[in-house]
Amino acid sequence: MARHEGRGMASVNYPIGMNLGGDPSQALIHSNPDGKFTVALSAIDLGQGMKQVSRQIAAETLGVPIEDVYVDTADSDTGPHDMGSFASRGTHRMGNAVIAAAREARGVLLDAAAEELEVNASDLVTDGRGNIHVRGAPSKTITVKATAQAAQFKQGKTIAGRGIFLIPLSAVDAETGEMNPNTAFAHACLVADVSVDDETGEVTVLRMTSAYELGRVINPRMVEQQLVGGAWMGISHALYETPEPYYPNPEHGPRDFNEYLMPGPGDIAPYHVTVLERPAPDGPFGGKGPGEMCANPVLPAIANAVYNAVGVRVDELPITPEKILRGIRANGGVKPGPRRGGAVNWR
Amino acid sequence: MLEMRKDLFADERDDNLNVVGKGVQRQDAPGHVTARTRFFDDHAFDGLLHLKVVRSPHHHARIRAIDVSAAERAPGVKRVLRGADVPVNKNTLLSLINFGKDDEPTLAVDKARYKGEPIVAIIADSEAEALAARKLVRIDYEPLNPVFDVEEALKPGAPVVNETYPGNYFEYHQRFDHQKLRFGDVERAFAQADHVVEHRYQMSPIEHAPTETNGTIAAPEHNDRYVVHSCAQGLFFSLGTTAKIVDLESNRLHFIGGTVGGGFGGKVDSLSEPLAVLGAMLTGRPVRYVLDREEEMLYGSPRGAERIYVKDGVMRDGRIVARYIRSYFDAGAYTRLSSYAAIKCTAHVPGPYSIPNVASDIYVAYTNRCPSTAMRGFGVTAVDFALEVQMDRLAEAVNMDPMEFRILNAYRDGDMKAHRRVAKNTALVECVQVAAEKANWPISEQARRASSLTEGGGERAQIPATPLDQRGQIGRPESRNGPATQTLPAGTTRIALSKQPVFEGARDSRPTPVQVPRYEPSPRQEAPRYDPAVAPPLPAYQPAASPPPAAPPPTAPAQPQHGAVRFSSVFGTRRR
Repeated sequence: MARHEGRGMASVNYPIGMNLGGDPSQALIHSNPDGKFTVALSAIDLGQGMKQVSRQIAAETLGVPIEDVYVDTADSDTGPHDMGSFASRGTHRMGNAVIAAAREARGVLLDAAAEELEVNASDLVTDGRGNIHVRGAPSKTITVKATAQAAQFKQGKTIAGRGIFLIPLSAVDAETGEMNPNTAFAHACLVADVSVDDETGEVTVLRMTSAYELGRVINPRMVEQQLVGGAWMGISHALYETPEPYYPNPEHGPRDFNEYLMPGPGDIAPYHVTVLERPAPDGPFGGKGPGEMCANPVLPAIANAVYNAVGVRVDELPITPEKILRGIRANGGVKPGPRRGGAVNWR
Repeated sequence: MLEMRKDLFADERDDNLNVVGKGVQRQDAPGHVTARTRFFDDHAFDGLLHLKVVRSPHHHARIRAIDVSAAERAPGVKRVLRGADVPVNKNTLLSLINFGKDDEPTLAVDKARYKGEPIVAIIADSEAEALAARKLVRIDYEPLNPVFDVEEALKPGAPVVNETYPGNYFEYHQRFDHQKLRFGDVERAFAQADHVVEHRYQMSPIEHAPTETNGTIAAPEHNDRYVVHSCAQGLFFSLGTTAKIVDLESNRLHFIGGTVGGGFGGKVDSLSEPLAVLGAMLTGRPVRYVLDREEEMLYGSPRGAERIYVKDGVMRDGRIVARYIRSYFDAGAYTRLSSYAAIKCTAHVPGPYSIPNVASDIYVAYTNRCPSTAMRGFGVTAVDFALEVQMDRLAEAVNMDPMEFRILNAYRDGDMKAHRRVAKNTALVECVQVAAEKANWPISEQARRASSLTEGGGERAQIPATPLDQRGQIGRPESRNGPATQTLPAGTTRIALSKQPVFEGARDSRPTPVQVPRYEPSPRQEAPRYDPAVAPPLPAYQPAASPPPAAPPPTAPAQPQHGAVRFSSVFGTRRR
């Protein structure tokens, strides 16, 4: 009995914000008389952080502190139309709608401030800390709060904005498949190091190392949450999960988490992610979206690492001990591939 | 561990931002970590009723008779629903974008097409009473032969799974049993390639396994509306679907959601909303319909399993010259979103590589299994598995390092993609380089110096001459082996470019102060003061007894249309 280490890699891209349904997103923003903003949406926060992404984009565009913005979603009576949180469209589509709404609201805000300061609105800047002042003359200033109060009680202005982002749907050619499917691509490359036990067929993922290009990162902590959690899902897809282990035979359906095989805490591998930012020309502040792609390179990278370790190609997921042992037997023994590189360089 | 490489593409960004790019705490974090966040099931109602469904024990069976009389008399039972009680008992999710034919009942009537298909719904005072009454429903089944394998389902003589699509395939463009991609001449390129490598790959179905199972609480609201606490991933998607099935105007539904305990694509199907709302309509009481874990596992729709055949031609120097992909998406018994996934997959072929000859045929096949649906990366995750294992094989065939093989073939700015659009904003090369460096995987100096910004475009920006075929016409299996019928000349495009939305100001810099779209500061003027003494009188209220408007001129009978009149048909069968 022996354990064999192997390395495999995979590189992928992923379409961000599919146009195939032409599905738009809308956002509404308004301020209360204290200069505190509410962003009303119908986007869905599944845990991925839709509310926080919208909040940061709104605060950045409005030019106000993040604490002065809250996102209210999703109530169909108050939140305007949105198709939903799927197809890696949340950050891209809704982010752009929020920018459009925030720009309109900012326009009114600066117009109201200009009236109070008796200057031209085009000369005004925000400092992101709750103040508006004349460019190059910080002493000529008014707070966002005082501006909102003046707008509400003196000037009769609604500091509010509407936003929609729509890329019209794309037709698809029947004979060539020509289409305008999406507007941006994110990219990734992942290396998996595994150990394969030639007696039990068990695979242990030792570590994973990846590089992701995601356009502008809106919130690095939430990107990390998505990429790490998604990579664990990828390990699970590759090595553990399926309701039908002998697909297309439909039997053996698991009924709960006791019967449905998923990795436990001891099966989680150390993971290093490097993030690159090549801004998408049409993304919100150049953002793309890491939500869906984060499991994709893990599956083939692990399959390729298993091959590198013991010489067995498993082309049907999941890669179970049974398939590995049958493969080793069919090959007449373990056939390790070439060693690839040395110790990882995570520092 | 996450590391930012700000040095790469630095000249394409303005990093002088205030809060974008900062890891600030989420606004919902305190609620989540103190268990005070309210999800759909955290809403209490007096007099709440509970709904449970009776599911088919057969994979495929004719329903000869349904007897609910004993269940109706059972303790606590308030109402038993059958297919005839559902106002519009046939729907397809993407009817909201006019794509595909209605093919799925809310409660099955004549036939059960998968094990676990809902047939009868029981609404009772308690979950226990609903579950007890469920056992009293008598359904007389005539078992039919099922088909489970996608390729078996497409063979002549296979059992018909879903009569809306009698060939067991989704119909594309009212012409073909699959979606085609044609770019260049793959057959000629295979003939000239040094190596041709062909393999079969099989994705497994997967559970979404969200912490919170699918569910809905619907309740009559004042003013003849219904409030719906929903876990939907698309609030208006679910609202539109529900409004259609229960036949209510959309503004009589008040959907509340937005905070969902995990979705991963498994909460797009509106599995529970229509029955919960219908229950509230018919009982006048709040109704809760929540899948238990076993139902979520067995009958909440899984990730579709795709079978993928990849055939590649590669030269000794490592250049891939041709790629052909044939794939079968297992929709299960009903379409749901698989038709869309196949189009998304078509757009993804051949992966992030620049290959001069590419073709694919993507089929959506119906089988007697639980309908599959969207899941994180669907249409792409499976094909990425197939392509990247295939890439590993190709690298071995030409004796190249897998990293260097990727970099050699990676698409770059300016390359023409197989769906006839120019690649921009690419970064695959840099991702491979950084991953190799961090993993201490040595690559050649030449590979380290490669860039997404160079070597693309030019000849690689050309659309090649492309043979077209009429293979796989609907209902004509003999057309499967037909020859190419014409050659589309090089450079041909047929689909207009998307109209890009217009934004003022730079997309990637701090917002310019007054350049805001659509908002124009009005010329400075005295705001009108409200003076009740001089204000014009409000128009008198007109009761609705005004004469009826003239009858509209006769037109062609309106096609049934739910929701999105703004869309035309996308790429499938126009709905009738």
